[in-house]
Amino acid sequence: MKKKDGKFSLGSLGQLTIPLIAIALLVVFNLIRDPGFFSIGISHNSNGNAVLSGNIISIINGASELAILAMGMTLVTAACGGQDISVGAAAAIAGSVFVKVLKSGSGISGGTVILAFLCSCIVAMLFGCFNGTLVAVFKIQPMIATLILYTCGRSIAYWINGGATPTVTSSIVNGIGSFIPGIPIPTPVIIVVVMALLFKLLFHFTALRLFTQSVGINGSAARLNGIDARFIKLLSFIILGVCVSVSGCIGVSRLGLINHETLLLDIEMDTILAVAIGGNSLGGGKFKLSGSIIGAYVIQTLTITLYAMKVSSTDVKAYKAIVIILLVVIGSPVIKERFGRWISHLRQRRVKVSAKGAEEG
Amino acid sequence: MHEYLLTMRGIEKRFPGVLALNGVDFTLRSGEIHALMGENGAGKSTLIKVLTGVYQMDGGEIRLEGTPMVIRSPQDAQNKGISTVYQEITLCPNLTVAENIYIGRGKHPWVRQRDLEKRADEILSRLGIPARSTQLLGSCSLAVQQMVAIARAVDMNCKVLILDEPTSSLDDKEVKRLFDLMRDLKSKDVGIIFVTHFLDQVYEVSDRITVLRNGELVGEYLTEELPQIQLVSKMIGKELEELSNLGETEEKEIGKKEVFYEAKGLASSDALPFDFSIRKGEVNGFTGLLGSGRSESVRAIFGADKVTGGAVKIGGKPVKILRPVDAMKHGIGYLAEDRKRDGIIAELSVRENIILALQVMNGMFKPISRNESEAFADEYIKVLNIKTASRETPVGSLSGGNQQKVILARWLLTHPDYLILDEPTRGIDVGTKLEIQKLVLKLAEEGVSVTFISSEVEEMLRTCSRLIVMRDRHVVGELTGKDLNQTQVMKTIAGGEA
Repeated sequence: MKKKDGKFSLGSLGQLTIPLIAIALLVVFNLIRDPGFFSIGISHNSNGNAVLSGNIISIINGASELAILAMGMTLVTAACGGQDISVGAAAAIAGSVFVKVLKSGSGISGGTVILAFLCSCIVAMLFGCFNGTLVAVFKIQPMIATLILYTCGRSIAYWINGGATPTVTSSIVNGIGSFIPGIPIPTPVIIVVVMALLFKLLFHFTALRLFTQSVGINGSAARLNGIDARFIKLLSFIILGVCVSVSGCIGVSRLGLINHETLLLDIEMDTILAVAIGGNSLGGGKFKLSGSIIGAYVIQTLTITLYAMKVSSTDVKAYKAIVIILLVVIGSPVIKERFGRWISHLRQRRVKVSAKGAEEG
Repeated sequence: MHEYLLTMRGIEKRFPGVLALNGVDFTLRSGEIHALMGENGAGKSTLIKVLTGVYQMDGGEIRLEGTPMVIRSPQDAQNKGISTVYQEITLCPNLTVAENIYIGRGKHPWVRQRDLEKRADEILSRLGIPARSTQLLGSCSLAVQQMVAIARAVDMNCKVLILDEPTSSLDDKEVKRLFDLMRDLKSKDVGIIFVTHFLDQVYEVSDRITVLRNGELVGEYLTEELPQIQLVSKMIGKELEELSNLGETEEKEIGKKEVFYEAKGLASSDALPFDFSIRKGEVNGFTGLLGSGRSESVRAIFGADKVTGGAVKIGGKPVKILRPVDAMKHGIGYLAEDRKRDGIIAELSVRENIILALQVMNGMFKPISRNESEAFADEYIKVLNIKTASRETPVGSLSGGNQQKVILARWLLTHPDYLILDEPTRGIDVGTKLEIQKLVLKLAEEGVSVTFISSEVEEMLRTCSRLIVMRDRHVVGELTGKDLNQTQVMKTIAGGEA
């Protein structure tokens, strides 16, 4: 174990320590409760494909939308020092547009799906632009600015399909929401990996990370160094728009229908939570995307664990809250500092004891 | 009563990778003003923070009036009679003077407003502070705000009063007033620890001087027995020939070189229209009192405020500089006056802070690779002698002088043709000041134009070949050649030329 070599400290992994410990604890807890909890099997789905199944798969699969939104939310949080609470509503709009375009043609071919996704992407980016403009240009608090879309988003989604909840029957759409024939891994999981890679490439081939962190930490200094803070903030909302559209389309594809009232309902709070559990400051500045992604899986693992323990869906929220309070408090600066002090105290004592032992010997 | 008010013995404080205090002793008697001197990074701030409970010491002993004690937090220090007034005023400008004096100390929340104001007025008049208790703090001058902070400390029955750079934003008259207050407190048996960078002020008010260097005690001296020149050499740990050498640089002949930057009627939201030009390799400066518009003028040159008019030429060609990024593209760099607010990105590393401006100029799509940026950072850490645990240390944890060097490095890395330095030496120790002045002259030799602003006229006379004098937001004079002396500058500032 790490603890034994004496080098363990909260600082060694930085901000990822808490979310990783959380995941580890959840895994250990589940293994004790039910040693078979994490067994992975191969089953055949209704289309006769051999696919992976098991709790671990459903956790990773189920967290896909959350993980994708958390990536975008991290960027917005870092640049603006605030959060977008309209992602659920915006995803409903994006999903509605996706379905609208799919239904507009006679049949659904691969081309139609791509076109539909692009349309939904553009619409989500435009709404991101709207939020971003309120925040970056008019300097409205992000939560207040996005409250507008949060309030009216699902109504807009309702209008797009004329109040109906149309279903989509297409093997391609079904493939996006579940499995592509011949591939045993759920498609949403693959999309998460692709999105994470895209972000990685984005940060590698542009200076976006440096600029975003600079704007988030000290906007005034960033401006005097020639960074266009407005553009960076706007851009973060537009990128979040892409994430919103991707997760909206995944959500629609899973069900094969658009329900503007329930699609990704209440996901905004889980998204913000994922960012926070990931050790990112909600006040902006430095960020780690990987933290937020792990945060998303922590939340999903927790939810599935509770369901597996036969906790009713109404009670789940209360239990979740308890665990989250623990996580957030443990991750707070006060506890971290105390813990760090305690560790160094222990270490000093050990040094003293061993020195004494050496003298006596 | 015990002989010493406060004794600190063998104080040790360790930070990751640095031994900030190494067995430092400090002694304070009651009724004395004791200056704590040292370069940036010498350990002054750390020692103060140990004493006020911000940091916990790793070794050593603190005794107050002979009793050993552990100081757990700033609150704890205050309760024990150790009060601090920091460089930046940490009161609330939108509350009244009385509220500021009593805020956060209300054991009785139902105390009547009227009573508080009456008590506050008593303190204010006792200390001779020209403010009314009902006035909003924000409406007082900086000096008075500083004094209110002291009044707050004094009213907490403090025995030890720590003044950390209290004069850095005050003008001469205000400093005088502050010193009167300090002497008054001294006669009331308060022990005052005075941290400052202004040597003259040390000699004006202090009784004793303790000098620190590199986290170690150099010695404790009676002020009258330590000549100023020796104090400086003790602080920087070398003899002072260099300092005087720099003063006698040869007459700077740059009159024949071509003009690099020229502005006619340049105006911004904060600066009235003015004309300005600078030649290649010239060092000039804006001088004038605080608020005379000197910073606003250079900000207009850089496009830092909203530019509202004027014609600008660079190398003879008309250009438009409306935003900082325009200026940067034309080879202009600007080191802002307020390092914390406009300079450093505190939580980012030294490396990231150094490459920031160059990265902006390269553009978003040409990121500087990790290897490259590490090489840049290492180079400038070495060249400018930046004291940091590593290049990945957050810049906010460096001392003020080293933060300033990081920002200098940031601009030097862009290889500017024209560098504007607004108060680069404020709140910085003598050694670093000297390094920065030397650097400015070296840059000029290499053909870089530099505009230099400093509140210390002497420093500007030493480096600049032309001084633009401002008063009440207008340019009132330009001094060159033999007019470049303290008397002439003062005369022009005061408007006593005619």
